[in-house]
Amino acid sequence: MAAVLFEKASRIYPGSPHPAVDNLDLQIDDGEFLVLVGPSGCGKSTTLRMLAGLEPIDGGSVFIGTTDVTMLPPRERDIAMVFQSYALYPHMTVGENIGFHLKVKRLPKDEIKKRVLQAAEILDLVPYLERKPAKLSGGQRQRVAMGRAIVRQPQVFLMDEPLSNLDAKLRVSTRTQIAALQRRLGVTTVYVTHDQVEAMTMGDRVAVLRDGILQQCATPRDLFTRPLNTFVAGFIGSPSMNMLPCVVDGDLGRFGTLQLPLTPSQRTALTTDKVTIGVRPEALKMASSDDETKGLAVTILTVEELGSDAFLYCTPVDHPQMSVVARAEGLSSARPGSTVMLVPDLAALHVFDTATGDRLAE
Amino acid sequence: MAISLPLSDSIPLSDAPPRGTERGPEPPLGRRIATFLGTRSGKIGVGLLCILWTIPTVGLFVSSFRPANKILTTGWWTVVRHPQFTLANYRDVWSTTGGTSLGQYFFNTVKITVPATFIPIVIAALAAYALSWMDFKGRDWVFVGVVALMVVPIQMAMVPLLSLINQGAHLTISGHTFTLFVIPGVKGSVVSVWIAHTCFALPLAIFLLKNFVQALPRDLIEAARIDGASHLVIFTRVVLPLAVPALASLAIFQFLWVWNDFLVATVFGPSDLKPLTWKLNDLVGTKGTEWQRLTAGAFISMIVPLGVFFSLQRYFVRGLTAGAVKG
Repeated sequence: MAAVLFEKASRIYPGSPHPAVDNLDLQIDDGEFLVLVGPSGCGKSTTLRMLAGLEPIDGGSVFIGTTDVTMLPPRERDIAMVFQSYALYPHMTVGENIGFHLKVKRLPKDEIKKRVLQAAEILDLVPYLERKPAKLSGGQRQRVAMGRAIVRQPQVFLMDEPLSNLDAKLRVSTRTQIAALQRRLGVTTVYVTHDQVEAMTMGDRVAVLRDGILQQCATPRDLFTRPLNTFVAGFIGSPSMNMLPCVVDGDLGRFGTLQLPLTPSQRTALTTDKVTIGVRPEALKMASSDDETKGLAVTILTVEELGSDAFLYCTPVDHPQMSVVARAEGLSSARPGSTVMLVPDLAALHVFDTATGDRLAE
Repeated sequence: MAISLPLSDSIPLSDAPPRGTERGPEPPLGRRIATFLGTRSGKIGVGLLCILWTIPTVGLFVSSFRPANKILTTGWWTVVRHPQFTLANYRDVWSTTGGTSLGQYFFNTVKITVPATFIPIVIAALAAYALSWMDFKGRDWVFVGVVALMVVPIQMAMVPLLSLINQGAHLTISGHTFTLFVIPGVKGSVVSVWIAHTCFALPLAIFLLKNFVQALPRDLIEAARIDGASHLVIFTRVVLPLAVPALASLAIFQFLWVWNDFLVATVFGPSDLKPLTWKLNDLVGTKGTEWQRLTAGAFISMIVPLGVFFSLQRYFVRGLTAGAVKG
């Protein structure tokens, strides 16, 4: 088990003008579960493959523990990887798949057998050890891929969207199993996903990437409550945060009928008179009566009823081209077509400079 | 199928559109043909074609069991009304006393064919792996060069290759001759036939195997690399087992080609190791009237290729499409 360190690590694909990963600085602590998340093409898989040694590193360096692994081939890095496609060897049985690394390392036969059995017991794979991967279900194949990783007791686990081929229900249960397993084994883990729910529920810390650049690396809680820029704010949370483009008027940001207060430090940090104020759907409440003056007048377009709560998809009366999402109580009385007032929770506002997209501290 | 290749289920084809959505106004030719072959008239047509193509072989087979005088005087189809069979022809061509002793030539052919099938496939498999999964400079150019060699006709390369094997390579610059290399102990031995067959087989073999090996999922090779496998281990433990269909179909191709070869073995081979095909030709040449021996001899030479084909035919069809369509 070891810590992982990216130092100004870059990867530029041949023929591409932009780096797939650009000067990445990232420290992953020993035993930590770090999730790399971002939209497709953001460089999260490339980052993982650079750590695995499957992708050459064009600049900077990568350390595992105290070893500089920048130039080392994958087999000298003592890492294990779970692939999105599982990449099980189709001609080997489950047992042979799990034990392949040990066999390559020429461990004694009974030692291999013992460790494969241990791994299989952890993952409930004992009855399937003699089967070929083709005869397994998707969930079982996924567990074999996990088994191939844990049997090695490596320095670092690498997981590249290991759940994306499972159906929704299995994905949720496997998610918790993997997180629990990682905690039990205490192995440093780097986990790539495009699913922000996976990122938020599994990671000790989450690193958000965009266009090869690290946007923010923080605990799920910090990421949610203090996103550093509009991208992170919009990416984390479902439905996405409402981004209201406001015009600065003295100490206020104005958006339609809505007036939101700015702190003096936010006011001075602004570079232009445009400010983007983010409000999460759960921080927008329907006003109990229409005489509320500070609210935002909206027309409800659709109501997404989930039972426990409901999401109102609305359009502001003064900005009909925009859309705003608000959360209401479950089994809501709101009806499409009606006009209501939405009142934001002033303690849960996120203020961003429209010009730079950066968060303005209170 | 000894190894069912579940490659297609282990790869998520999420990017590919679901099958059938891109179907144009008219299904592609291949599917139309397949549909036609499934109909009654299609089946009858195929059946007729099969019978038509088999008739000469049946004639050969029947004739090989007929007495010599009958072969020369009546057609083989007359056996339907006047059946008269004998094993004398086979006894005659196989026996070593006074006969033509085809047996010796049969084993000559085996001696030529087995290594001349095995060697190029081993080399081609190694080359296919290197050209697909090892990074080195000029890799694509090597492959282009190999493919380009496929257009060189065997008849054109034959004499240069013969002189290369027999005399080695020499370079003469302004009157001085330098010997680049000689291949010792090969001249006039069976090894030179193996080398010749290997040289002529490699371009196509490398091309076919490279296409197949390259189509193996990248994740699989990378998983093996992470599992600590060296190139040699990846090749022997992962790539070779998965390439069995391609290797088998290539083996059939090469085996049939070498078994039926006359030219290469005659030109390169030692005089005491003439193949079966050479002897068959000799039968016609020196005993042009002895049809009964020719029919029996021809059938003996066909037996092994037929056996090879029927035992490996399931790979044959798979292998033909292996490079083009994965799975």
